[in-house]
Amino acid sequence: MSRLRLAWRKSLNAVMLSLTGVAAFAVVSILFLILGYLLYNGGKSLNWDFFTKLPKPVGETGGGMANAITGSLKLLLLAAVMGLPVGLMAGIYLAEFGSKTFSFVIRYTTDLLNGVPSIVIGIFAYSLVVLPVKHFSTFAGGVALAIMVIPITVRSTEEFLRSVPGSLREGAMALGASKWRTIATVVLPAASGGILTGMLLALARVAGETAPLLFTAFSNRFWSSSWSQPTASLPVMIYTYAIAPYDDWHRQAWAAGLVLLMLVLLANLGCRLALSRQGAARSV
Amino acid sequence: MSATATTIDHAAPPESGPRALIRRLRHGDELAHLLTLVFAAGILLITSLLVYELWINSQLSRAKFGWMFFWTRVWDPIFDNFGAAPFIYGTLVTSVVSLVIAVPLGLAGAIFLAELAPRKLSDSVAFLIDLLAAVPSVIYGLLGIFIVVPLMRTTIGPALINTLGHVPYIGNFFKGPNYGVGFFTAGIVLAIMVVPFIISVSREVLLTVPRDQREAALALGATRWESTWQVVVPWARTGIMGSIFLALARALGETMAVTMVIGNDPKIAASLFAPGYTIAAVIANEFTEATGDLYLSALIELGLVLFLMTFILNGLARILIVATQRGGGHPA
Repeated sequence: MSRLRLAWRKSLNAVMLSLTGVAAFAVVSILFLILGYLLYNGGKSLNWDFFTKLPKPVGETGGGMANAITGSLKLLLLAAVMGLPVGLMAGIYLAEFGSKTFSFVIRYTTDLLNGVPSIVIGIFAYSLVVLPVKHFSTFAGGVALAIMVIPITVRSTEEFLRSVPGSLREGAMALGASKWRTIATVVLPAASGGILTGMLLALARVAGETAPLLFTAFSNRFWSSSWSQPTASLPVMIYTYAIAPYDDWHRQAWAAGLVLLMLVLLANLGCRLALSRQGAARSV
Repeated sequence: MSATATTIDHAAPPESGPRALIRRLRHGDELAHLLTLVFAAGILLITSLLVYELWINSQLSRAKFGWMFFWTRVWDPIFDNFGAAPFIYGTLVTSVVSLVIAVPLGLAGAIFLAELAPRKLSDSVAFLIDLLAAVPSVIYGLLGIFIVVPLMRTTIGPALINTLGHVPYIGNFFKGPNYGVGFFTAGIVLAIMVVPFIISVSREVLLTVPRDQREAALALGATRWESTWQVVVPWARTGIMGSIFLALARALGETMAVTMVIGNDPKIAASLFAPGYTIAAVIANEFTEATGDLYLSALIELGLVLFLMTFILNGLARILIVATQRGGGHPA
């Protein structure tokens, strides 16, 4: 009886433990499946026209997404210009100046803002920027993305500033530097690598956002001539092309998907590798 | 040295009055403090403004439908009659399906990475899983349309109808025509999207469980699996619950991938293979086409509902994760 029970426990042990391994590798293999599928389907459809030409009128094959690529870059630029400074300054406040209660409130709000579904951010940017002027614009899309960039930047900035050793601050103070000088000339430079990587990660994350752009930056089949015009962007183009009934559009959706995924994954890969190397250097 | 001069300034007795304030501001520290404070407060302002805008702009719909908004099953833009029931139903059903798939998979993966895998393997797998979490949702939607939907129509759907469809009670969820798009397909795509979150947060939480807990269980003659399942996992359960709530919050608010595979039909159907609609998907599809003020207002009220749902879940998740990391969900 007890021998039987032992055999049962041992086999249960073996079965369950191998199942956990299978689960882990199943999840990881999804990443390679996604990569493989996009490389195969996107690689087939990617050509020079994709980067240099405008979309063709409905019904004609060919054309590219040059306007969507520049559109995405313009949106990211706006998000960076509006979102990153706010995130940086608020991060400095939390790490260096914050009082206990107010910091808690800010931190809590930041997490809350970070968890707001991106489509709701879209509604917010719509009511803030689009409703008053009654038309979609690149600027409105930039505002939506900037709001999403802020909370990510705040938390990473705070984290990297906190990881700067206190002895550096004390050293600067002991030389007679005032607090802001210590921060500006000693603490920030020491943490700058991490902070910049964090910012790049934040931008990489919003680069793939589609939902907040649908009714802010909208879309455009031509070049967007100014910041107050609607603009095409890669994620929105992937969406409209994928749900359209034309094979040629599906082909281009794959190509755009490949370009977007590569941009996002390479940015992530680079940043995370740089961060882990820094982490290793710090712990040594 | 000019630095000594600064220290002497510091030593001067504090003055009061506006002129002293200006002098202190000029000194730099106070100014820097104030400047960063303004930006930090800006986050507070943005978030309050977000809630305010959602509240004000949904005024029309809230006044007209009141609480009935949540129970009405009709969504009729032509006669200006709007109810949120089909969307709330769709959002909840797709999220539950995704969790049913993702939680066992994610928990098992996290156990493997935290308990079994050597540290180096565990770290590199966790790294790849973080990359998976970074894949944009529209890419998941693209793969959903062209891979999961056909697979659902030809393989997964019929297999489930032939097996689970005959089981009493649960069978009702697996009956009816199978179009490929619908609640179940959306659930599968969502599961793939949230599994990286469950794995990486649960792994972190499992790694904080003290070593002696495991050693004590093993010393008592438990197998590796028994020590993991009966000692380590219960110890970390609040944190694991936190990771599940986090995943649920994400699944509720996910827009693009779901919009592309759910079929976009505002109906409440028992069958998981029926096409449906979610809150986020209807906002994405109809917002730019909303012609009437009431129509737009109803869509914004849906946004408000979605905001509140994720707000509550995120809050709970944070509390749970912090509670575990502060010393275990379980008194030793």
